[in-house]
Amino acid sequence: MSYLSIKNISKKFNGGEADEVVALDGINLDIADNEFICLVGPSGCGKTTLLRIIAGLETATSGTVVLTDHEITDPDPERGMVFQEYSLFPWMTVSENVAFGLEMKGIDKETRNAKALEYIDLVGLKQFKNSYPHELSGGMRQRVAIARALATDPAVLLMDEPFGALDARTRNTMQRELLAICERTKKTVLFVTHSVDEAVFLSDRVVIMSARPGKIQEIVEINLPRPRDRTAPDFGDLRRHILNMMGEQTS
Amino acid sequence: MASKKKRDIRSILLPVSAVLMFIVIWQIAGMFVGNAFIMPSFTDTLSAFINMVTGDGTIAMDLYYSLMHFAMGMTAALIVGICVGAAMGWFYDFNRFINPVIELFRPIPPLAWIPFAIIWFGLSNFAAGFIIFIGAVFPILVNTYTGFRNVPKVFLEAGKVLGCNTNIALIRRIAFPSAYPSIISGIRVAMGVGWMCLVGAEIFGAGSGKYGLGKNLWTYYNLHQMPNVVVYMIILGLIGLLIDILFRHYVNTQMLKWQDDAL
Repeated sequence: MSYLSIKNISKKFNGGEADEVVALDGINLDIADNEFICLVGPSGCGKTTLLRIIAGLETATSGTVVLTDHEITDPDPERGMVFQEYSLFPWMTVSENVAFGLEMKGIDKETRNAKALEYIDLVGLKQFKNSYPHELSGGMRQRVAIARALATDPAVLLMDEPFGALDARTRNTMQRELLAICERTKKTVLFVTHSVDEAVFLSDRVVIMSARPGKIQEIVEINLPRPRDRTAPDFGDLRRHILNMMGEQTS
Repeated sequence: MASKKKRDIRSILLPVSAVLMFIVIWQIAGMFVGNAFIMPSFTDTLSAFINMVTGDGTIAMDLYYSLMHFAMGMTAALIVGICVGAAMGWFYDFNRFINPVIELFRPIPPLAWIPFAIIWFGLSNFAAGFIIFIGAVFPILVNTYTGFRNVPKVFLEAGKVLGCNTNIALIRRIAFPSAYPSIISGIRVAMGVGWMCLVGAEIFGAGSGKYGLGKNLWTYYNLHQMPNVVVYMIILGLIGLLIDILFRHYVNTQMLKWQDDAL
């Protein structure tokens, strides 16, 4: 039995009858509990759209997404989301940002602050709990965003190119930390990325999508033991395979 | 450290010497003209001020009434401007509905409302307050609207994903704080416009009749006491400046916490 089940999802954007754009065409995907899935593909393949449908930020034209036992309709804190751009509220401190979801749940101030601090500590930013986002570096901001998404203890963590804006070094560090966090919190993660290297480093399975219409082209299992070595030959083989798959569709 | 200190001294010395220089030129010009009706000199003005403060001047009452008019107009403008501007920014159809009316009313110079202000409110404080309201409401409204329109989509989506789902909660917790800097700069402009309208409104008789800085500036003109007019001009300028400084100080201590640049 699958944990998160994407059933026959299609999404059409129409700008009039004639130029209807099929962003997603009959996507089926079953994700197990505690699984780390990366969605890769060229721009326009609908990977972000798929993630946003799961988040409830967009509605599918047809098909359903079922999380454990219920169908997804609206945004809900049971599905935490980390955005590509900086999405921290600049008028709130780190700790207020992380506690925001708990506050919306009506949890009292003392409890939520304690909980928030726990997650701020998890991402290693305890000494910055009273800082404002503009005082933090890009990597730190995304760490806070991860803490904020985790604070409500969501069933799945949705990540839309969260490290896309970071420099390569920070990005690698963040990837390692994300894996450590997932290890500790036992989260199911859906991660959208452009970087094949990132996908192979992180995932249990890499879902390769193709564009126009957005379809699943292939699902590649990554059975390498963690921590993974980016320079290992089998890591390179998988990368090459995925890149070839993605290259095929452009030619 | 030494260079910083030097710069500090210069940052005081330069403005002060500019003001002193202006006063000297003003005094010479006044003495050159030799007619306090056409060109009251600095000393004419100073002695007029001393006479007004020590004698039977009405500066304190004028100040009190003018600030009251200003406060009335600004309070109404804040309430209406922020509420309507927020609703326009948030509800697209409401904007489409109300915008033509706003755009028709906005270009009417506030002082053109004086006749109706007096007909509707009589020669009362409310009439003066109304003119200031007209002057101040549009900058606040437009900036609130812009602020709400420009709330980054990702903030709203992040809010929704975290369980902030109702319109009220999204406006209160996300859109309003995000629009805050824009609203603030609207209020600042509005205060400047409102302060200008104050003088016009009081000169034209909107107001309770007896007191008001603008009102008695005009009284002194009718009495041909031009040094007193200059005193009132300077007071109007200084109070306007003071209001702006206090406002900026208040806002900066609030906003500097989460913004890189100050007002």
